[in-house]
Amino acid sequence: MSQDTINFIFIGLSFALYIGIAVRSRAESTKEYYTAGGGVSPFANGMATAADWMSAATFISMAGTVAISGYDASRFLMGWTGGFVLLTVLMVPYLRKFGKATVPDFVGDRYYSKFARFVAVICAIFICMTYIMGQMRGVGVVFSQLFGISIPFGVIIGASIVFVYAGLGGMKGITYTQVAQYCVMAFAYTIPAIFIAMAMTGNVIPQLGLIGDYTVGEQTVPFLQKLNNINIELGFQEYTSGKMSTINMFCITAALMCGTAGLPHVIVRFFTVKDVRSVRCSAAWTLSFIAVIYLTAPTIGAFSRVNLIEKLHETNYTEAPTWFIDFEATGQMAWVDKNNDGKIQYFGPTKSQAGTNSVFKGKSPVYPPSDAPNSQLIGSNGERLLASKADFSNPNELWFGTDIMVMANPYMAGLPMWVIALLMAGCIAAALSTAAGLLLVLSTSISHDLIKKIIKPALSDREEVNYARIASFVALVVAAYFGINPPSAFIAKTVAFAFGLAASSFFPTLLMGIFSSKMNKYGAIAGMLSGISFTVSYIVYFQFLGGQPDQYLFGITPEGIGFVGMLLNFSVALFVKLFTGDAPEYVQKMVAEIHIPSKSTQSQK
Amino acid sequence: MQDKDPLAHRLSCLKITLSLLAIWFMVSFGAGILLRDWLDVNFPSVGSAPFGFWMAQQGSIIGFILILISYVYLMNRLDRKHGYSEER
Repeated sequence: MSQDTINFIFIGLSFALYIGIAVRSRAESTKEYYTAGGGVSPFANGMATAADWMSAATFISMAGTVAISGYDASRFLMGWTGGFVLLTVLMVPYLRKFGKATVPDFVGDRYYSKFARFVAVICAIFICMTYIMGQMRGVGVVFSQLFGISIPFGVIIGASIVFVYAGLGGMKGITYTQVAQYCVMAFAYTIPAIFIAMAMTGNVIPQLGLIGDYTVGEQTVPFLQKLNNINIELGFQEYTSGKMSTINMFCITAALMCGTAGLPHVIVRFFTVKDVRSVRCSAAWTLSFIAVIYLTAPTIGAFSRVNLIEKLHETNYTEAPTWFIDFEATGQMAWVDKNNDGKIQYFGPTKSQAGTNSVFKGKSPVYPPSDAPNSQLIGSNGERLLASKADFSNPNELWFGTDIMVMANPYMAGLPMWVIALLMAGCIAAALSTAAGLLLVLSTSISHDLIKKIIKPALSDREEVNYARIASFVALVVAAYFGINPPSAFIAKTVAFAFGLAASSFFPTLLMGIFSSKMNKYGAIAGMLSGISFTVSYIVYFQFLGGQPDQYLFGITPEGIGFVGMLLNFSVALFVKLFTGDAPEYVQKMVAEIHIPSKSTQSQK
Repeated sequence: MQDKDPLAHRLSCLKITLSLLAIWFMVSFGAGILLRDWLDVNFPSVGSAPFGFWMAQQGSIIGFILILISYVYLMNRLDRKHGYSEER
């Protein structure tokens, strides 16, 4: 059987499973549509939240990011797990007790203001939309590589599957499919890691292998020392020490953590369990399930970096492993023979005066059209030629994308075909589960908070569900459109945008809403608006309007500015509150009520 | 048993929350970022990994899980003490 057939069987089976589950658990009422009826077990919700949380980008590129930047990538590892501590001890138990179905719903009721609700809806839609576009694109890319179809066609297939179970099944459908998706993802991620750890360190547990010894070759050396030696020899910075400034590292980690605690699609997942007690329990499960992947990512990154360099550096192109040729064909790796010796060389930025190691001019490789003459397509060693101009300022000849560390890992380690098929299925599961969770927040924000609470209050329960389905269809069409025609500069900045916005808008507003019973609507609205506008303008200025790095505020990159936006939100809100008096009596009572963890009232409409 | 001094409960809850957040800050920002260079030199390495580096890539995540498990345990105990635990 060929690899394609096995891939097809694995992915086909997983899809049949997801859709089967979705059909069995179709939502009938708004309560089922928004919160799965509120009776999901903490354990199942933990798995579902983990799947919801880990996007295609986490699954595919995080290990690659760790491999390339070593210690510096810790900001993602800590940021995206540490946020769950904030989420659990500060947010979700109280929001669950409040018993509303969506995040804008809480903002609207707690701050007794339609305008506050409207601002929250806009933020929720914007955060989810930026995020979901990237997911749709990811699904399309994976499909197109697997089945040789065009990316637009792949995006459309992915979108239709998500619509079937998220649009029709609502939260109930999503929850149980996400449980299945988590299982696929966890196996797909850890099995290759275990194999490669055994091959390189003789340790079955990858996490022990990372701190253990490198056992390939004559003498055993500590693995991280081996990695540091390689890095320095080739002109990179030491793997275990970073080059990012401490303040920037601090701000980015903080922005990611606070952003995590303010992401609406993660928060609503905790509305599906029975009571406050189950929320706490479920959050602990969630983090444990997420940690399975996050603790493995640094090991995959480190192992595959050593593997990649050992296999490719100073190797004749004609003797290069077949997977290298395959990835060259799909445009995920590229080789430019700058010194015409027919060997692949990989070097870091410190090997040249120019201080870079870019292989060619521009960010990603550009290829000549396929109908170009053969002399432009294939080089003298049989390699694929690029249309991009070679960058002769440095000796580095090898380019690869960050997702290669996970995708090529099983090939590099020579793993059996079913492991590769499982990895493909896991990758698609990651993209679909996140897209579904986001789609649900998008559609409920529109149907519940915009249509029911602001535009047309007389909506019946059944009509509201139908509106939610229509909204999810429209949202998906828009997301698919942007997945097919990505505003390229935009998608790559998803992280900066989504987390920056969540950290500077929702996190402080929700936190003050819960812990400061006297915070009033003027403070909250002013805080939200100033936090968002500061963060958005900073990001837009530096990402799109050509702001230069030397203009950074305290040297903080746009990724970390959400943290400053958050501080601004807090201070503006507290300042405005000084002059506008306390929140009304009944709101203060409501807030006091949130802190009592007794039997929570089921979400009322 | 519904109204057994909600204020006392809220205060103890806040105490638990703040002390866990202090630990949270120490294991992530403290050990992983601010003090890591000092820890790398002065603390015993974990296996072959320098302590600060290991905290940033592995230890902090394990710490977060332990924090949440203790939160579940402490809060459930507090709820029971104040009579808020639900009879199932």
